[in-house]
Amino acid sequence: MNFAVIGQNIVKLWLKYWDKFLITGMEYTLSLAALTVFFGAIIGSMIALMRMSKIPPLRWIAAVYTELIRGTPMLLQLYLFYFALPQLIPFLNRKQYLCVAIALICNSAAYVSEIIRSGIQAVDIGQTEAARSLGMSKSLTMTEIILPQAVKNILPALCNEFIMITKDTSLASTFFIGDLMTQVLLVKGATYLTFEPLVIAAAIYFVVTFILSKLVALLERRMRRGDIR
Amino acid sequence: METSDKLIQVKNIKKYYNQGAIKALDGVTVDVNRGDVMVIIGRSGSGKSTLLRSLNLLEEPTDGSIIFEGVDITSKKDANGKKLDIDLHRQKMGMVFQHFNLFPHKTILQNMTVAPIKVKGIPQAEAEKKAMELLDRVGLADRAGAYPIQLSGGQKQRVAIVRALAMEPDVMLFDEPTSALDPEMVGEVLDVMKKLAQTGMTMVVVTHEMGFAREVGNRVIFMDEGKILEEGTPDAIFNHPQSPRLQDFLSKVLY
Repeated sequence: MNFAVIGQNIVKLWLKYWDKFLITGMEYTLSLAALTVFFGAIIGSMIALMRMSKIPPLRWIAAVYTELIRGTPMLLQLYLFYFALPQLIPFLNRKQYLCVAIALICNSAAYVSEIIRSGIQAVDIGQTEAARSLGMSKSLTMTEIILPQAVKNILPALCNEFIMITKDTSLASTFFIGDLMTQVLLVKGATYLTFEPLVIAAAIYFVVTFILSKLVALLERRMRRGDIR
Repeated sequence: METSDKLIQVKNIKKYYNQGAIKALDGVTVDVNRGDVMVIIGRSGSGKSTLLRSLNLLEEPTDGSIIFEGVDITSKKDANGKKLDIDLHRQKMGMVFQHFNLFPHKTILQNMTVAPIKVKGIPQAEAEKKAMELLDRVGLADRAGAYPIQLSGGQKQRVAIVRALAMEPDVMLFDEPTSALDPEMVGEVLDVMKKLAQTGMTMVVVTHEMGFAREVGNRVIFMDEGKILEEGTPDAIFNHPQSPRLQDFLSKVLY
């Protein structure tokens, strides 16, 4: 085996299976990532609000949740959800994609909640004081004054989370749910080639995340052009 | 009612941190009458800002009470036994901060109308008309569409003052309004405050501007270690200081 042969194999594989990698695989990978970040953001916002709440039990629950998720491996969480959820909820029986999605969402929610919390807390306390001194209620202060400013801190970090999740979905291939990494395993099974499909997948992951991270950098620059205090 | 001219009554308030290890306020009692321009002076750390911020409960006192327009706002319950709505009372107390705290994502006009529209329910057109009048008063009507970042420090503080005035408060609280300004901008802000005092607005001002205290204030309070050490007319405080502490303080800030 030498480089020339590997090169030839990669080209051959690409020509034969490019649609499996690029279309089927990326469709699952990106849809799973988008789904995860979307619902992760919604649930993450709720956890963030709980964590900043005045009611101690809510704070504790949110803190314990975040710490548990952040303190255990993602692969373990995937196994746990994949095998435990169908037992607890019969509806999820044989719905592998959904189970994996829920696992990813629960994982992402913990990280997103921290992104949102720090984004909100990064807004100068003087903003809250000014709003409250004008007689604005707590919730009005949040929606009118704090959140519009916090979004500037949150959005770029959220996009980075999307990039992370795009890569992390590869873990879901453990359960053959159809993502890019699953395609690698399928092609490997069909051709007895291991190295070459991995190189192709790596290239696709890299190109996609590279483009995404450049877009995030652009977004960040545009937002920073705006205002400070 | 015999207390009718007393707008704010501060009764023996205390503010402790770390279970009393730090006493920011250590029993302060003072009345603010309608039309007063009360100037609070003292070293940094003397509790003057804490006292001011207690008046609208941005700092919640550990002990003591604050009666604003006859209502004890430090109590959790109102006269009818319902939960006291502090927002209602804060609408009547304008506040101006050292660092302006304008809302950076809103234009000057929006900065001024957001509270009147969203809190008081005033129609937008009316709120904007009123805001423009106020901006005109401080010579900034042409900046209504600008964002805070496009303004100088002095302009920002003038906007912050009229933003508070847009809620038509009964009293204005100033927390070192000129301390974060470049020296050449201090004058324009003090000017606005002076004119405001001339309209009869009740004002409580924490400041290091002794010239302003002497010229505009009708009462001066000297705070030291969380207590009011001396209180009197500007003439009494500046020309006949009694305590050695005040004499020492004045010798350092007056030239």
